[in-house]
Amino acid sequence: MALSADEVRHVARLARLALTDAEVEALAPQLSQILAYAEQVGEVAAQDVEPTTHPFALRDVSRPDEPQPSLPREDVLAAAPHAEQDRFGVPRIVSEEG
Amino acid sequence: MSATTMSGEPISATTAAEHGVDLLQGDTGEWELVVGLEVHVELQTRTKMWCGCSTDFGADPNTNVCPVCTGQPGALPVVNEQAVRDATLLGLALNGEIAPICRFHRKNYFYPDLAKNYQISQYDVPLVNDGWLDVEVPTGDGQSVSRRVRIERLHMEEDTGKSLHVGDTGRLHGADRSLIDYNRCGIPLLEIVSRPDIHDADTAQAYLRELQSIVRATGVSDARMEEGSIRCDANVSVRRPGDELGTRTEIKNLNSIRSLGRAIAYEAQRQIGVIEDGGTIVMETRHWDEGRGVTETLRVKESVTDYRYFPDPDLVEITSPAEKVEAIRTLLPELPAASRARLGEAGVTPEQAAAIIATGLLPWFDDAVAAGADGAAAANWLVGDIAGQLSAEGLRIEAAGLTGAHVAELIALIEDGTLSTKLAKQVVAGVIDARGAKGPAQVAEDQGLRQVSDEGELRTIVEQVVAANADTVEAIRGGNDKAIGALVGQVMKETRGQADPRKTNELLREVIG
Amino acid sequence: MVLTRLSAVELAQKLRTKDVSAVEVVEAHLERIAAIDGVVADGDVWRAVPADELTSRDIHAYLHVTAAAAREHAADVDRRRAAGDDLGPLAGVPLALKDVLTMRGAPTTVGSRMLEGWLPPYDATVTERLRAADLVVLGKTNMDEFAMGSSTENSAYGPTRNPWDLGRVPGGSSGGSAAAVAGLMAPLSIGTDTGGSIRQPAALTGIVGAKPTYGTVSRYGLVAFASSLDQAGPFARTVEDAAHLQTLIHGHDPRDSTSITDTPADLLTTLRDGIDGLRIGVVTELQGDGYEPGVRRVFEQALERFERLGAKIVEVSLPHAGYGLPAYYLIAPSEASSNLARFDGVRYGLRVDAPTAEEMNAATRAAGFGPEVKRRIMIGTHALSSGYYDAYYLQASKVRTLIARDFASAFEQADVLVSPTSPTVAFGLGDKTADPLAMYLNDVATVPASLAGTPALSLPAGTAEAPDAPQATLPVGLQIMAPLLRDDLMYRVGWAFESDLGFTPIPAGDTAVEVA
Ligand SMILES: [Mg+2]
Ligand SMILES: [Zn+2]
Repeated sequence: MALSADEVRHVARLARLALTDAEVEALAPQLSQILAYAEQVGEVAAQDVEPTTHPFALRDVSRPDEPQPSLPREDVLAAAPHAEQDRFGVPRIVSEEG
Repeated sequence: MSATTMSGEPISATTAAEHGVDLLQGDTGEWELVVGLEVHVELQTRTKMWCGCSTDFGADPNTNVCPVCTGQPGALPVVNEQAVRDATLLGLALNGEIAPICRFHRKNYFYPDLAKNYQISQYDVPLVNDGWLDVEVPTGDGQSVSRRVRIERLHMEEDTGKSLHVGDTGRLHGADRSLIDYNRCGIPLLEIVSRPDIHDADTAQAYLRELQSIVRATGVSDARMEEGSIRCDANVSVRRPGDELGTRTEIKNLNSIRSLGRAIAYEAQRQIGVIEDGGTIVMETRHWDEGRGVTETLRVKESVTDYRYFPDPDLVEITSPAEKVEAIRTLLPELPAASRARLGEAGVTPEQAAAIIATGLLPWFDDAVAAGADGAAAANWLVGDIAGQLSAEGLRIEAAGLTGAHVAELIALIEDGTLSTKLAKQVVAGVIDARGAKGPAQVAEDQGLRQVSDEGELRTIVEQVVAANADTVEAIRGGNDKAIGALVGQVMKETRGQADPRKTNELLREVIG
Repeated sequence: MVLTRLSAVELAQKLRTKDVSAVEVVEAHLERIAAIDGVVADGDVWRAVPADELTSRDIHAYLHVTAAAAREHAADVDRRRAAGDDLGPLAGVPLALKDVLTMRGAPTTVGSRMLEGWLPPYDATVTERLRAADLVVLGKTNMDEFAMGSSTENSAYGPTRNPWDLGRVPGGSSGGSAAAVAGLMAPLSIGTDTGGSIRQPAALTGIVGAKPTYGTVSRYGLVAFASSLDQAGPFARTVEDAAHLQTLIHGHDPRDSTSITDTPADLLTTLRDGIDGLRIGVVTELQGDGYEPGVRRVFEQALERFERLGAKIVEVSLPHAGYGLPAYYLIAPSEASSNLARFDGVRYGLRVDAPTAEEMNAATRAAGFGPEVKRRIMIGTHALSSGYYDAYYLQASKVRTLIARDFASAFEQADVLVSPTSPTVAFGLGDKTADPLAMYLNDVATVPASLAGTPALSLPAGTAEAPDAPQATLPVGLQIMAPLLRDDLMYRVGWAFESDLGFTPIPAGDTAVEVA
């Protein structure tokens, strides 16, 4: 399917990417071309086929509820672009949670 | 969005009529309220859902964190087996069916307190399906009616971090920046979704109270609303009886069972008003303002929510074979409904029974009875004076050091006449002061609290009081029976409150003649 | 004796007998890196020169060279060897690590501006195991940004060049790791393979590269591209070296839920058992149109060689293999769109300031990700979004099942499957960058095994000309695919082929990589 510029903008919003108009213009035909290629998967009749998310059907992998050492706070905060009061700082949050 | 559950089946709601609930009266006719509740419960496991970080409440910010729960590049989740057991146990307590195979999905949305910008949750195959809860709804006349609320699903997921909003009001709105602590991020969370089977605020409150009691009984969480270890959102809509489901709004920020009831009542009236004025209800999230008693639109989402759920490729399926489920079922404790029945047989009133269960005092009650106390008396003391004093002190019973044996000892001291009710209350205060290091008998002895009921000693004091209050005695003899209270007071004063009030009364009447 | 020409096994032997010290081996490699790779050889951690200062003679395999730490570790190995300690079989052998695996003490960039300068607070399991085995990490290698690409031209830090022809790409996304080994700047390296990112660069640079069975090598600390496909694996100049290296990194890891608990096959004991009587399956769908004539010729010769060695050639079919690439380009971007959501300017890496958190996230991601990463995030976001999920992600996941079934039935007819690794020899820098889909087609032969999770290895099968350069001598790779958990079989077939071929995977004729 061909993606319009508006659809590209919608997807970019979901992906939280601030695309320039030029990027949107360039991406629309590229994404359309790639999707047209990928859509070949639809040629395969696979109605009653179980999807695979792992090559191995591993099950019930879990760990005991036993505390492990955490990281020193300095190590975690060291990489933060902005830290304040031992926390990670971000500008004003506008959108609603969840 | 069409009215379907997460697994795609159409939503079926009960009707108010089926539940014997009154319809709401609008200006243009009758309305049926339809409510479904989404409850989140934070599990009390030692470690987080996907990593070995501690879940301790109140730790310094960003000290219970690691590569996994801060979403470091390359870090991977591993399921906490205890969280799965706890979720299964609670699912069984809620009469649910445990899925033989379930899996985890990613719910993708950006938010700074969500370290990976996706929440690992469950989607089309949750751990638990199709449960139900019978809740006792008080009818206001001391009686109650039982209503069944179906539970669509219970699923496992993870909590988010906590944001501190800095600048201006300290709330999200108006803050100029937010500071994030990931200690809570990744704590195991259960989401319990009811069917829209609730048609009045009382049933909603009773459901939440019952759920809270069951969570506590199973021991999977302390379920404290004030600490956020149990949280509730309400989906509210109204419709004409017999109509399709109306458009619903989701109410957040319900911080107590009381606010749940108030918010539902308010929102129902608001929706009826909007529709009767020719408007339509918009599907939105609304915020309950406890101070003003209103719901308000939260800031409108910038785009349509599209969580792009897909199976988390970092995790594998969880199976629950029958033998595993049955092994967990054997761990089920007595549930509140059974406790209530047992307390009723022990002579406890339904209201007190509900209070004992809801406040987690059942073990103290049981200990007191095991130590010989009468059930009705133990219940009276636990939910009455003891609960009152504890709440005035801001203490939990464990912290106060009070045991069931103390309660039994206290009741025995009253029964053998050593303590009056009034003195017993002082003794309770003394036990709490000592944080349980001294029992009631010890406190009574140390403080010299002991009822004067010795016939000879009390008679002497009564005679003195009668002699010293000739006027009052005259008035009593003249028919003013109430005046005897003044003389009782005098006797109490003389005995520093330790006279047996019943005996004092008898002796006064005898001496006055 | 030129230390940088020796295989890992040869080096290990000389280290064991104390003919050379680990420090000497490290110094020889550092010297070569300093000479040909385009690094500022100064300080504890050497850095690649900025992209705009790289010359056409710089291979640019390394992004960071951990010179001081490597010297220190080598000296420590020497000390312990002198003290008579029991050391691992490859103790003191140096190696290069793809910059997608975390390692304390050096930046991990994943080839992206997004993580420029990021110092990870923990070690990947692979890194830990290599260190525990006393392999000496020389540095972190260049790669396509977030492992997305087939040429290493998508690195934010400039492309890596192919040691066989500096005007050509080394393949990707593990092009830096491949070029380091092909260019004699390390005897061994670690790459990661999602759709062919080890095998294809191995083929294009004339070395051995293996994607182990999915789940046998821990992904903990591997910065995820597509979680259900990503797998780290070895690069080496010999099959035996690669088998040794894989042996050191595979095995169960409780920190990775997809790590399989079975003990992986022993790769070394049957290595030299030969292939007499084995059935070698030629996959009908992985040859023919789209494969360069030179590649086809070398492949045909490889089949003849197998027959001479006593194997039986059988024709097998993977009927859905043709749908592998379309399925892959839905599944991998879908997972990537979610895996890469965490790069938001809050906890680590780049931040572009903006008035609100949401704008800051969007601006940071716009500035931090390159065009190919953005393209794949967009494809994946779209493929998972409401209304498209069933036709795209879900349908692709079903196709994946069919491909896995195809492999299972093919392995009933053949012990291993073979194909050319890449339809082409190394192509010129810039030749395919304008056409994303043309670039994706490089993975056509490698993607099916990725989707099925089966182990697959590429080894040099000979050389061929390029369509644009009839006189060129460029390596051609042969892909050997084995059943799940039969990595041993793939190495055994590879070793038999290699020892008969007698190929010396050292590029000649280019002055930039001429060896002393
Ligand atoms: Mg939830
Ligand atoms: Zn953690």
